[in-house]
Order: sequence, then C-alpha cells, then structure tokens
Amino acid sequence: MRFYEFESKKLFGMKGIPLPSGSRVAKSAAEAKEIAASIGGPVVLKSQVLSGGRMKAGGVLFADTPDEAVAAAEKILALEINGHAPVGVLVEGRAPIDQEYYVGVTWDGFARQPVMIFSDMGGIDIEEVAEKHPEHIAKRNFSTLAPFSEFMAKELVAAVGVSGGELNKLTQITTRLARTFIEHGLTLAEINPLARLADGTFVCLDGHVDMEDEARDGQKALLAKLEIDPQEKRQARPPTKFEQDGVVVDSADHRGVAGNVVEFDGDLGLVIGAGGGSLTLFDAVRKHGGRPANYCEIGGNPSVSKACNLTKLILSKPGVKKIAVMMNVVSNTRVDIVARGVVKGCVELGFDPAEKIAIFRIPGSWEGDGFQILEHYGVEYCDRSVSMFEAAGRAVAKMKDA
Amino acid sequence: MAALFIDVEVDANIAKDADIAAKLVEVCPVNIFAKTNGDLQIVEDNLDECVLCELCLNAAPAGKVKVKKLYGPKQVLVRKD
Amino acid sequence: MSILISKDTTFIIQGITGREAVNMTRECLDYGSKIVGGVTPGRAGREIYGVPVYDTVQAITSKTRVDGSIVCVPPAFTRDAVFEALAGGIQIIVIVTERIPRFEVAQMVEMAKAKGARIIGPNCLGVLSPDEAKLGGLGGRAVDAKKAFTKGPIGVMSRSGGMTTEMCNTLTAAGLGQSTAVSIGGDAIIGSTYADLMPLFEADQETKAIVIYCEPGGRMEAELAAYVVEKNSRLPIVAFMAGRFMDEMPGMRFGHAGTIVEGKADTTADKIEGIEAAGISVAERIEDIPGLVKQRLGMS
Repeated sequence: MRFYEFESKKLFGMKGIPLPSGSRVAKSAAEAKEIAASIGGPVVLKSQVLSGGRMKAGGVLFADTPDEAVAAAEKILALEINGHAPVGVLVEGRAPIDQEYYVGVTWDGFARQPVMIFSDMGGIDIEEVAEKHPEHIAKRNFSTLAPFSEFMAKELVAAVGVSGGELNKLTQITTRLARTFIEHGLTLAEINPLARLADGTFVCLDGHVDMEDEARDGQKALLAKLEIDPQEKRQARPPTKFEQDGVVVDSADHRGVAGNVVEFDGDLGLVIGAGGGSLTLFDAVRKHGGRPANYCEIGGNPSVSKACNLTKLILSKPGVKKIAVMMNVVSNTRVDIVARGVVKGCVELGFDPAEKIAIFRIPGSWEGDGFQILEHYGVEYCDRSVSMFEAAGRAVAKMKDA
Repeated sequence: MAALFIDVEVDANIAKDADIAAKLVEVCPVNIFAKTNGDLQIVEDNLDECVLCELCLNAAPAGKVKVKKLYGPKQVLVRKD
Repeated sequence: MSILISKDTTFIIQGITGREAVNMTRECLDYGSKIVGGVTPGRAGREIYGVPVYDTVQAITSKTRVDGSIVCVPPAFTRDAVFEALAGGIQIIVIVTERIPRFEVAQMVEMAKAKGARIIGPNCLGVLSPDEAKLGGLGGRAVDAKKAFTKGPIGVMSRSGGMTTEMCNTLTAAGLGQSTAVSIGGDAIIGSTYADLMPLFEADQETKAIVIYCEPGGRMEAELAAYVVEKNSRLPIVAFMAGRFMDEMPGMRFGHAGTIVEGKADTTADKIEGIEAAGISVAERIEDIPGLVKQRLGMS
C-alpha cells in the first residue's frame, strides 16, 4: 500500500527525520491559507495524489503570500492527475537549496535482504543515476537478524565520498529511515530529494513509503496515527463496489480464499483459481477473444458457502451472461467442494446451473465426487484430458449464443 | 435453504449418549453437530460444508451415524465393523 | 533419483492438528512418506492418523532422526515455528503458510542459511518426488497425486503450487515423468529460487531437462537466466509464462504476493526476452511444453 506524500512525511517526522518548515496537509484552500500564513514566507503547495508526474501536470505550485497560496490551492484541488483526484494539498515552507541527495531502503530480491541506497545526485530517477553515474550511487544490504547499527549507514554514505559534518548528519537520517523500514513492515522508504539547505540543515523534500499488505495487521497502531483506514487497498485505481463486495465475500470466513476480485467490463464471469491458474486462465480467455467480466482467485480449499457467495456476486453483476468455473489440476482445493459452491450459488439465485455454467474445468482432488455433482445438475464439465486453454475456448464459444 | 448435497443421520439412542454426542461435536471439522441444552443437534446450515472425512463415523458405534450424499447414485457412508 | 527428498526422508508436521494439516498428513502417509511426528503446542498425546502429536519439536528430534518439517501454522506463529525447526537441526523446511510479513520471511531465510538448512516456500505446496515421497500438499490425495506425477527425467519448479501439478500432469500425459517437482512459493522473498535449486538438479544424473512456471514481478527469472549463462548448465529449460495481461496493468496485484508489475523488468515481455536470450525455450500454452521438451532433448 503506497502512502501519500503527506503520510510518508508524517511518518518520517515521527521518526525524527527533518521536514520542511510547517509541513501540513490542507483539505481546502482556506486551510492552505492558514498554513501558509503560519509559515510566514515562501511556500510550495503540492497535490496529494498517488500518481507520478505531478510537477508536469501542474500539481506543484509556489506561492510567496497567503493569498497566492489560496489561488494555488484552489487550482491544485480542482486538478485531476492521471485520473486521480487529490485528497488534499500539502503546504510547506520553501528555502534555498545547496544540494540534493537520494536515500532509500527497499528489498533486494537477489540477496533476500533489505538494501539501502544512497546517492549525492538526488531529485532525479535513481534508476537513471545507477545507469549513467554509477560512481554517484552506493548500495548496502543489511541483516534482518543482527540489530541495525549506525555504522552500516555511515559506510553507505561514505562510499560515495561524503565526509565532514555532512557525513554525520546523513548517517543519522539514513539510520532513522532504515529503522523505520524495519519497524513498520515497509517495502519502500525513500527520500528523494533529501536537500541540504543553504543554512547547512537537511530536509526531506519528497518521500515515498510502501507498506506490504501482509504487514498491516501488525501495524494497526501506526495506521491509526496516520489516519489510514485499515480497509483501504490503494491499488493502482480505487476499488469498485463489485470489488469491495468481493472482499466481504472473502473475509466472511477464514476457510480458503475466494478473493482478489477485480472488475472488468465483459460478459463472461470467471470463477477461477488459484494464484497461477487464474493468471493462466485469464490470458487464455483473452487469447480466445473472450470478454471477462472479472478476475478472481479461489484456492486453499474455500468453504462451500464462500464459493457459493462468490458465484452469486459474479452472477449478479450486470451484463454477466454465464460463468466459467476453471482451475488447474487442484491439490488442496477440492473439486467437490467448489462444485457444491457454484451449483448452490446458481440454485440460490433461481438459475439453472446447467444453463449458467458455461464450463466446469477443475480436475484433481475429489474429482469423482465433484463430477457426480455436476452430472446430477447437468453441468458441462471436463477432466484433466482437456487443457486449461481448450476449456477457456469452449467457454468463450458458448458466449456467442448467449 | 435446505442442504443440497449432504444429509447426516444419527441414531436416536446414540444422540442421547452425552459422551458420544460430545465426541461428535469435537471431531467434526465443519461443526455439523452442536449440543444445545444437552441434546445433540444437526446444524442444517453446515451440512453442505461436510468434507466427507468420516471422523463422525468413527466417533460413534458402527452403523449409528450415516452420511448421505444427495447427488448421483444413492450413496450412504456408514461404518460397518 | 530425486532431489531434496527420497523414500527415506523422515519428517514432521508443525501445526499438525489444523484443518489443512490433518488432510495433508493423510495424503503424505498414503503416498508413502515417513511422518515421524507432529507438533501442536498443548496437544501432546493426541494422534493424527496414527502420527503422534507432541508439544515441541525437541520432543521428537531428541529421540529420532528428523530430516524435514512441513510448517503449517498461522502467519503470526510461522517464524517461531521455523526457528524451532532450525534449532532442532532440521535440514529441509517446507513453509506452506501464506501471508507472512516479508521481513519475517527474510529472517527465516537468513537463519536457515546460517544453519546450513534449506527453506522451500513460503506460500507453497512443497516437494514431490514420484514413487519416493511427498512433503506437502502437492498433488493432493495420494491417488490423485499418482495420476499427475510419474517418475522420469524432468525437474519441475514453479512459483505456483497449482500449476506445478497442472504442468506435471501434462508432462505425464505426454510420457515425460518427473525426477522431482518443487513448488517454490509465490511470495516476493522465498527460501529457494530457481537458481538456488538448479545445482541440485545438475547433480542429479537422472534429471535431463527442466520445466518452470513463471509470472510477472520479481527478479527470479533474471537470476535463473544469469545462472544458466554463467554456469553453462547442461540442462535444457522450458518455461511457461503466465499473466501476460498484467503487462497492461501496472501497479495492480494479481495472483501471488510477489506478482505485480512495478517496472519494465517485472513485465512478462521483458522476462521472456531475458530468458530466451539465455537459451530458455518459452511455451505459449501449457500443452506446448512437452513438445518443446522433446525437441530440446532431441526426442522427436
């Protein structure tokens, strides 16, 4: 889950990482004026959206007086950036900058450890620095078992040739950032740029934080302090009503998964799984020219009621004519349990399962019982001799007459 | 809605045996059995969740608990010995 | 032959009394695996399909040899369970549990490395060596697992547990058996990557080719490509790449925890380009895999 800039900064501020003077988020132009007045000097106003390219889009404006701040805030609050409406405008003091740095902590998938990255060329894309100016970038992994120690950050910063008083200040900020990363289950903690002002002090000009979903249960206290709703998903686009209902279905009981429901605009409902099988099947349906109404993942042997409620959710979506129930050869999910769930879902909505289920292709564990259920209700099914790709093709072909 | 796929029958005398009833409640992984006021009850809403594990058949004397599949050819799970 | 496990591998199941673990115990026993005990704190003295339950790992390791453990406990308790297994000197740990925070996974991986042990997973279905043993839910019930998995020359590795079975089933139907199939797990950080397991398959003379299942996200495929080129691997590799639709949907998480397109290197297009450059064949459909394998092995 990506944090808004103001949330990232609030977190950094809590951890003793210096921020620009008076940094606060405003929900209205009037509030922005108040913040600007209390700062009492030149300010920058920044649109709070989860999208890149804010500067280019006009989402970052400068103001020298509170009245200018009002005008700027009004513009920003009314401006959508890449389809995202801002949740507020961040107002903070502006001061002359001597140099910009980059400091970030993220996961290193090769080393399977966190990695700290530092550069004395901040303010630009770090990938670009790595490519064009490798001598200006340093990386250092650190252990997840040994306690984090300041010298690790010092070695990192010193590696690009920083020395003197700056080394000590940057070491402290980097250490605090690394400890924030560790303590709060983050997958990214980044300050870019980290500015050295003309007066020699450092401030975080822009910050990025990503927290993984798996860590959220353990981070309820922090999320509450940052006023982030524990249910907020923050995918690349806001969840639709259908997707939110999908979450409700999945969280109704702890048995297995019937989740990650994502809305598309087609007519073929998909009850598919599991993680890898869903990706494979979605590709297959599209390859055959089918138009999926949704993506989803069932797996981990969901209860009958969960499979049933997912089926009902998908069948109730406007425009859905049929559903295709397909998975890879299953091991822990049971064919009979899913068959019971989808048949029950049709029956409870007053539909004939034989008519609504375009194809059932889940071979594997308990397929004998599963196939008996499908035969009993006249549902077309196939066993493992029919490939996932072929089954998807049969479902798509049926939609032509639907 | 009534169960579509599974029915469970417990011999009336067995249902009155507190020890066996308690054991049935304990072994069933999907809570098909419940004890209310000391009586063994079948929880209708959970019948379709039955995973056919047969643990209930083993928790009672042979033949006293029957699990019936309501689909396909008539099938009754029952312990014989 | 096989890698990682054989008929003689003795193992335990941590969290054996849970709903899925009970199932898995029965499946593994029926397949012929040697389960010497189970652990659920507070449940010592019980039995699951004849397997004795203990309170601690130590209670088992102190009296018998234990090669492996399947960890099947809720996410909040997994790290402790894995540390307990490692403290008991267990060498192969299969972590079935999903939704474990990444930092904790990294801690387990780091601890295992320090102990010279190997972790498979998390978020995986384990390891299966046909006619030898299975450690985990791979293939499901023994009778079903025997349909999908048969002994032969193909080493299989997959980020998806379900697709491991699907691919092996397809290979089996085409007369290509497997030496060992490993469900490596779907998380961003896992104990054993493709490149980690390659040396084991290289060393196994029965293994003649490798089949892998890949997805968007992560650097595991790039790591494998680098390994293949650097070590000049003797084993031809055929890969299937799922989730091609995700290339158009950056920032959306589909499938497993580690499956997301955040940058160009995460896309299927970029990955396919990278692995093809390393000489890995890429199948468009699952049913194309056996043909490509046979072609690479000069069988047809």
